[in-house]
Amino acid sequence: MEQEQYKNLEQQVTPPTPYFMNALKAFLVGGIICTIGHAITYFYIIFFDFTEKTVGNPTVSTMIFLSMLLTGFGLYKKLGQYAGAGSAVPVTGFGNAVISAAIEHRTEGVVLGVGGNIFKLAGSVILFGVASAFFVALIKLILVSIGVVQW
Amino acid sequence: MVIEFKSKPSILANGAVAGPLEKKSVFYSYFDSVIEDERWNEKTNEQGHATMILEACDIVMKKANIKNLDVDFFLSGDLVNQMTPSNFAARELAISFIGLFSACATSVSSVIIASLLTELGASQLAIAGAASQHNAIERQFRYPIEYGGKKPATAQWTVTAAGYALVGKHNPEYPSVVAATVGKVVDVGDTNPFHMGGAMAPAAYDTINAHLTKRNQKFQDYDLIMTGDLGKVGLKILKAMFAQNGVKPEELQLLRDAGAEFYGEDQAFLAGASGAGCSAAVYFSYIIQQLKSGRFKRVLLCATGALLSPLSFQQGESIPCTAHAIELTME
Repeated sequence: MEQEQYKNLEQQVTPPTPYFMNALKAFLVGGIICTIGHAITYFYIIFFDFTEKTVGNPTVSTMIFLSMLLTGFGLYKKLGQYAGAGSAVPVTGFGNAVISAAIEHRTEGVVLGVGGNIFKLAGSVILFGVASAFFVALIKLILVSIGVVQW
Repeated sequence: MVIEFKSKPSILANGAVAGPLEKKSVFYSYFDSVIEDERWNEKTNEQGHATMILEACDIVMKKANIKNLDVDFFLSGDLVNQMTPSNFAARELAISFIGLFSACATSVSSVIIASLLTELGASQLAIAGAASQHNAIERQFRYPIEYGGKKPATAQWTVTAAGYALVGKHNPEYPSVVAATVGKVVDVGDTNPFHMGGAMAPAAYDTINAHLTKRNQKFQDYDLIMTGDLGKVGLKILKAMFAQNGVKPEELQLLRDAGAEFYGEDQAFLAGASGAGCSAAVYFSYIIQQLKSGRFKRVLLCATGALLSPLSFQQGESIPCTAHAIELTME
């Protein structure tokens, strides 16, 4: 059997990826996670001395703390299998990537294991996050300087 | 390459152990021991992996009523880097040891080597088999265990299990290895590590076809032809390949896959089980017992292996696969 023939056969037999259902699940779960995040934002603004500008940090820490608990109890991977990008893209997914790597490498010690591997998955998020933030800020700086937009 | 064993070495004892999640396996009742702790009460997954291998070998030796000093060779393999679990188990066993890597096909390649050593007269008794431990393998090949990535329906679940067989001189009361096929490495250019069944099916096809042609046999000459860990999707592809080449549907019913059946219809395991321990635990428990009870007279066990590493996959290499087969008979 030729390689091309085999590829055709393989494609026929392999169940197709349910893109629509995956996107729908991701939209719902991602939306729910963000709604919870927003509720926490209001909680900090109403009950504590935070403003819309300063509330970001405590909200993110709380979400990551919740993600840490779910990861530690083995629940986040189950959510991930259902929701896909819906639970991977929000900050809780970033937390899960960091925490799961830390748990995984605990057996290789605190420095070489946890320290050396904690950003194994999240490292690229940080790199490309920082790099794209820099370029977006640069574009905005140029636009402000030529008077198209204001800060 | 097909080998015919004139002396018909026999499988004199067998042992299979599995982890806690494997209680869900349809083959559960055939396993000799199932432990509650995935790490076998050790500190790390890798140590637990080695202890699991030791326990399976201990069961084999106990069943045959022998000690490690009576065994001439220990042939074992697993999927951890440099096969440390097998090496560490061999350290405790203190039996002449050769580590083997045919990925998930090691369950059969080890028995082929053991049979050759027996036929040669170099070995009176040899323990052969393979094992895999879910956490130790997943962390190496994929993501951390607790990482919440979505796996597609074609992905498979690495089992925590070990299966070992004691190969010795021919004894008509036990299943015998009459022939074997050492598979070629087949690569159809697949690159998706979450669809191993698709990459491995052509290797299984190649090996089964070569074996049947050289031995001048048909599907009906067997009570069962069982592949290792193609999974549900891979098995379907293999059946479609045989169907295209004129094998009838009723003959295709003889073709089964250990990985596809391992966890039954449980959707949580997606396309089924995989790992070196998957075929080993099924072959060296269920299959051997069925042969001994006389329900099967002749079986072909074709274990499949994907010969990739996380590095080769990241560097964009396709997944080379192999399949090794042994023909077992019961008089």
